[in-house]
Amino acid sequence: MIALREVTKRFGRSVALDRVSLEVKAGTTHVLLGSSGSGKSTVLRAILGLTTPDDGVVLIDGTAVDAATRTSLVKRMGYVVQDGGLYPHLTGLQNVALAAMAQGWPRARIQARVDELAVMAGIDAGILGRYPREISGGQRQRIGLMRALMLDPPILLLDEPLAALDPIVRAELQAQLGRLFATLGKTVVLVTHDIREAALLGDTITLMTSGRVVQQGTFADLAERPATPFVSQFLTAQTLVSGNAAAPSAAGGDR
Amino acid sequence: MNGLGRALLMAVLAYSASAAGTSDGVVRVGSKSFTESYIIAEIIAQIVEEVGEARVARQVGLGGTGVTYRALESGAIDVYPEYTGTIARVIVKDPTLVSVDAIRARLEPRGLTISGSLGFANTYALAVGAETAQRLELKTVGDLRGHADLRAAFSSGFLERDDGWPGLARFYGLSLAHVDVMEHALTYRAIAARQVDLMDVFSTDGQLERLQLVLLDDDRHFFPDYSAVLFARRDLPARFPRTWARLREVLEDRIDHRRMARLNAMADLDRRPVADVARAFLGAASPDAGTVSSEARPASGEAGTAPGKAGTASRPAPSASPEAHRWTPPAELWALTRDHLMLVLASLAAAVALGLPMGIAAARYRRAGQVELSVIAMLQTIPALALLMFMIPLFGIGKVPALIALSLYALLPVARNTYAGMIAIEPQLLEIAFVLGLGRLRRLLQVELPLASISIMAGIKTAAVMTVGTATLAAFIGGGGYGSLIVRGLALDDTATILVGAAGAAVMALAFHALFELLDRVAIPRGLRR
Repeated sequence: MIALREVTKRFGRSVALDRVSLEVKAGTTHVLLGSSGSGKSTVLRAILGLTTPDDGVVLIDGTAVDAATRTSLVKRMGYVVQDGGLYPHLTGLQNVALAAMAQGWPRARIQARVDELAVMAGIDAGILGRYPREISGGQRQRIGLMRALMLDPPILLLDEPLAALDPIVRAELQAQLGRLFATLGKTVVLVTHDIREAALLGDTITLMTSGRVVQQGTFADLAERPATPFVSQFLTAQTLVSGNAAAPSAAGGDR
Repeated sequence: MNGLGRALLMAVLAYSASAAGTSDGVVRVGSKSFTESYIIAEIIAQIVEEVGEARVARQVGLGGTGVTYRALESGAIDVYPEYTGTIARVIVKDPTLVSVDAIRARLEPRGLTISGSLGFANTYALAVGAETAQRLELKTVGDLRGHADLRAAFSSGFLERDDGWPGLARFYGLSLAHVDVMEHALTYRAIAARQVDLMDVFSTDGQLERLQLVLLDDDRHFFPDYSAVLFARRDLPARFPRTWARLREVLEDRIDHRRMARLNAMADLDRRPVADVARAFLGAASPDAGTVSSEARPASGEAGTAPGKAGTASRPAPSASPEAHRWTPPAELWALTRDHLMLVLASLAAAVALGLPMGIAAARYRRAGQVELSVIAMLQTIPALALLMFMIPLFGIGKVPALIALSLYALLPVARNTYAGMIAIEPQLLEIAFVLGLGRLRRLLQVELPLASISIMAGIKTAAVMTVGTATLAAFIGGGGYGSLIVRGLALDDTATILVGAAGAAVMALAFHALFELLDRVAIPRGLRR
């Protein structure tokens, strides 16, 4: 279980997180929703121990994330970023195998696990032999997912994993991710600004703006019982934009 | 890159060991960097070879008195030609010493000794162009009074020494408005082109005749006696008694001042190789009679004591015709190339071994890193020649100080580019390394260095090409390499020799550039190449 208690983070004078609290139950998928600059990625980084809160605490299965614990806690997490975050100097296979090699896994075990993940992620063995710049964005993202799952961590953290993809590939991958989360039973936190992605993948959703939590609940909660006018404004604008309605003025709600 | 780095490191170690070791059975002959010193040194070397008691290592063209004396003092060389006046004033710093015996006694505590006078004195003299001398009716040094507008160019030694210009000007009551410091070899050109009116020369100067220079008479005898002697380490006579005895037999009181001027002219005017000039001297010094065995006892001042003629005269003398240009034999060129290459490779390896960790450290600890990089950058602002000179009091002369100076010089591009490559890595890629559980070393070796490799390789390439050029300066402190040709050419006023040295360095720089284009394919991961 992942929990944030009153977490505050400032960068100079700007407040990235303002007393943010949230809970993600084991085996569920939680979506952090908001426009850029809302602080949702900072929440993810605080969970990973990449950023230290000025106030409040982040708990992983009851253990506080701090300088002393972060290295061991991060072993329970897989991390996927926009466009895969693959190392350009390594092939897909080398990227995926990196963590297992650091753990000293024997070659055969690594190969078996890679094969298993390739099937799961829908990646051909041939693709894995290529360098990141030689393959498509969708393939890079699938390989990034394989890399995050290599050591089979119970927690999976995804930061705008599909944002850089074109709409068709994105829709295809969204559906795949949904099936995957359901099968694997991981505790997932997914950061997105895409309301449809949130609706499709999130068991629960936290909507954020300017470092503060606006509303938490299921998609139905947000849609039917918006806590503030901002919530309905955000949902409407997003729906119109992603539904290709030519309403540029409404897009202002995204800001 | 690991294997390569180790190989380079081994090369450095092997090289510095060989450079520092004082192997037995070798007489190291040194010289200053002007024609006369080269010629006497070569004569010494050929006599040593002739006797066959020891092998010869030529460390010629070391530079001025300071460098060459320190080379003798530190044992980097065993013997070189020097002048009594210079020893008394510059080295022992007691101008009252005049006789050879008195000077020898004073050198004893320093572990050094001198031979008797070789027969000629090379005193300072002032020279003006013939046309100027006639126009202004200049005959003696004293005639210079009242001609303060003459443009003088003096060698730096002459300008600073008490027995040089300062003392002379006081003694004769002279003053000149324009006094420049100029390297001797260049001053000849300047005075021929009438850009300079007055220069310091040596009384045995072979150029005097060709350039129609008029020596001003030192009628009040200001300039002291500068008798040529062999300046040697005291253990030389003990180590190689036959060699030392033969050197004294053949050279003491054997070269008068006119003969020396002729030898100088052979090298300077006829452009004959120094080795030829030395052979000519030794051939002429030996009697026609082929009956004199090389073991003959010295017959007190008789010509019969010179080395056997057969050994030297039967050797074919290359380019003996008067107008033939000096040429660099392929064997010597090859040796210089090897020397130069070793200098470059060894200093480059040291610069990489040092600069890479320094660049990494600077990227890790940014504030301290800025200080570190500033210090390295400051090293870079020291002119290369000055940096080499600073090495002399610390490490003596020869290859070791040259290597250290060159390594320091090559440090900046390596460290700077490593730093730049490291800090240009996307932070997210480093965070992912943490999340993937990579340790510090694994992160460095598998993520950071490969990602920075393009920048690092560019830095090493810059350092390599730059070092090929800078290494030519190593010759000024006896480091060898192509610079030896440049120093020699400069001293002998021989543009062709200078060009050979410069062209060699240029070709090597191109070769290094090409080599690194190939090396990039190994060192830079395929996924990063465009």
